[in-house]
Amino acid sequence: MTFNRKTLASSIALAAATLVAGSAQAQMSDDAVRIGYLADMSGTYRDLAGPGGLEALKMAVEDIGGEVNGVPIEVFSADDRNSADVGANTVRGWVDQENVDLVAGMVASSVSIAVSKVLEEAGSLAIISGSAASSITNEHCTPNHLHWVYDTYPLANGTAKAVVDQGGDTWFMLTADYAFGHALEADVSEVVEANGGEIVGGVRHPFPTNDFSSYILQAQGSGAKIVGLANAGSDTVNAIKTASQFGLTQTGQQLAGLLIFLNDVHAMGLESTQGLLLTTGWYWDMDELSREWAERYFERVGRMPTMVQAGVYSSTMHYLNAVQAAGTDESQAVRAQMAETPVEDFFARNGRIREDGRMVHDMYLAEVKSPDESTGEWDLYEIKSTIPAEEAYRPLAESQCKLVQN
Amino acid sequence: MTMIFGVPLAVFMGQLMLGLINGAFYALLSLGLAVIFGLLKIINFAHGAQYMLGAFAAMLALEYLGINYWAALLLVPLVVGTFGAVLERLILRRIAHLDHLYGLLLTYGLALIFEGTLINIFGVSGSSYPTPEALQGGLNLGFMFLPTYRAWVLVAALVVCVATWFIIERTRLGAYLRAGTENPALMQAFGVNVPQLITLTYGFGVALAAFAGVLAAPLYPVSPTMGSSLLIVVFAVVVIGGMGSILGAILTGLAMGLIEGLTKVYYPEAANTVIFLVMILVLLLRPSGLFGKEA
Repeated sequence: MTFNRKTLASSIALAAATLVAGSAQAQMSDDAVRIGYLADMSGTYRDLAGPGGLEALKMAVEDIGGEVNGVPIEVFSADDRNSADVGANTVRGWVDQENVDLVAGMVASSVSIAVSKVLEEAGSLAIISGSAASSITNEHCTPNHLHWVYDTYPLANGTAKAVVDQGGDTWFMLTADYAFGHALEADVSEVVEANGGEIVGGVRHPFPTNDFSSYILQAQGSGAKIVGLANAGSDTVNAIKTASQFGLTQTGQQLAGLLIFLNDVHAMGLESTQGLLLTTGWYWDMDELSREWAERYFERVGRMPTMVQAGVYSSTMHYLNAVQAAGTDESQAVRAQMAETPVEDFFARNGRIREDGRMVHDMYLAEVKSPDESTGEWDLYEIKSTIPAEEAYRPLAESQCKLVQN
Repeated sequence: MTMIFGVPLAVFMGQLMLGLINGAFYALLSLGLAVIFGLLKIINFAHGAQYMLGAFAAMLALEYLGINYWAALLLVPLVVGTFGAVLERLILRRIAHLDHLYGLLLTYGLALIFEGTLINIFGVSGSSYPTPEALQGGLNLGFMFLPTYRAWVLVAALVVCVATWFIIERTRLGAYLRAGTENPALMQAFGVNVPQLITLTYGFGVALAAFAGVLAAPLYPVSPTMGSSLLIVVFAVVVIGGMGSILGAILTGLAMGLIEGLTKVYYPEAANTVIFLVMILVLLLRPSGLFGKEA
């Protein structure tokens, strides 16, 4: 390559011009905004995020016109297979070779934590929609990721508190024997005891477990009014189905599901889930705005969206709007712009992004309908009450996040 | 109250009952594997997928054709079994003369294809199959509330197990089968169509898996991955009982159900591992399995 004085001078001039230029075009990092969607596309968590979440993301990109600040938006996707290694390596490749600006989706908490560490070094941004662990914006917070839909704190705080308030003051905990289950069990126990209830027993079952009959029998023998399910996915589904077969609810005990998604209830059917209390970040039928978006999603996917899939759309849209408003895709400028703008859309009410990266918004206490009350395949929840955004999540005063000044 | 090792007698009895039911289930599944391995020397890694296909076939038959549970209990094993026979004829036969490992890899690949295809169509959450009306509700046994359906699973699984054992060990057809796998050339010389016998046997083994699948449909969510989690346990049962031993598979299945059931009371954290611990012990002390012939 010939490299004479003239080209050197002109490239310096060009670089200088780029730096001082005020035009939005010049501040985009390259010729496109690139979004990578990372999620479990084939395993246990496929139905709550998976290909449906990717479709939601594409909807957001289409709705904004396929381009922002004059550059096109490109979408990548990959299956993390619920492995932190696979997820981190995929994202490293994305930022190194493809200049990906935003990573979206993400379900297994271990994957999200690993990915956020990669991005903290690389400088891109992540918005986590699927993960549960509240530690993601507590001890694991970084300037490079946001947590959008829900976490274990409001799950425990919403459902457990409501159940104790209704008189369910003795609990038997059915806990998945790994980090997430233990964390949820701890959060729930704290809430139950703080509200005057008592944990009278519990069992930690292996993850995953197919047959829950033995544990249900132990729960029946415990005499507790409430059987709390500190597990997720197929474990929760199996536990609830078995409880129904053994007549747990007929004998006066009640189940409290702590992490339950729309697809779980749909899979189990209303016969075995009716009356179940749960906390959710969003429900497709909760109001006109939500229904409108959900119907559009349904047309494309053939299933109603879970709160995670709706959250992927909402967060991607908020991100793209911020890129537009800030006139740049530089991650910290976009993050600041996102935090400045209240989040108010079909998904989030009274939403705002805190300095720890947590997007706090109204959460809902829902009850699963009985087969008689339900008017259709996806008519599954009744929203009982709203948990205001500022009460739902762990207060910043208790935060261990390095970005929060306490 | 009478206590057994710190657990009330009633709870203890309840757990034994549940262990027995799970054990009958393991027995039924490992029986199919044992028949296929014992007579055909095929390590059928597609057994879990075939069990899953049974449950799926029952669900789809109900949803789209209105075929009820009782009819499905008969029809689904026939259909899935025939499908298995076709697989044997078209694919498995081509590698019958090779090492067992090839059969294992081939059937494993088939299992992944079945599973992946169904995940693509139906997702992983699965759907629920209603308990047939006649078997709803439960029985009060005094020490526990036993759902009628589980009692039925116990009875149905045991009856099919005993019948299979009887056919293979005590009838003329069973004698042909055993002889045909021992010395195919001689049997063919006597005018027995040995290849056909092998196809039918594989089909029968697959039908047993599908039957277990239909039995499981009202108990667990019908999902494409329901078989793969069970398959490993069932293989452990077959190894403990002795590869290929039919009586061994049945008795070991029941015993493992009981051991697992008790573990769930005394040390639930180990419930998923206890069967493998037993397997390691058996392999160390009696490598051919509890009921296997000494190699």
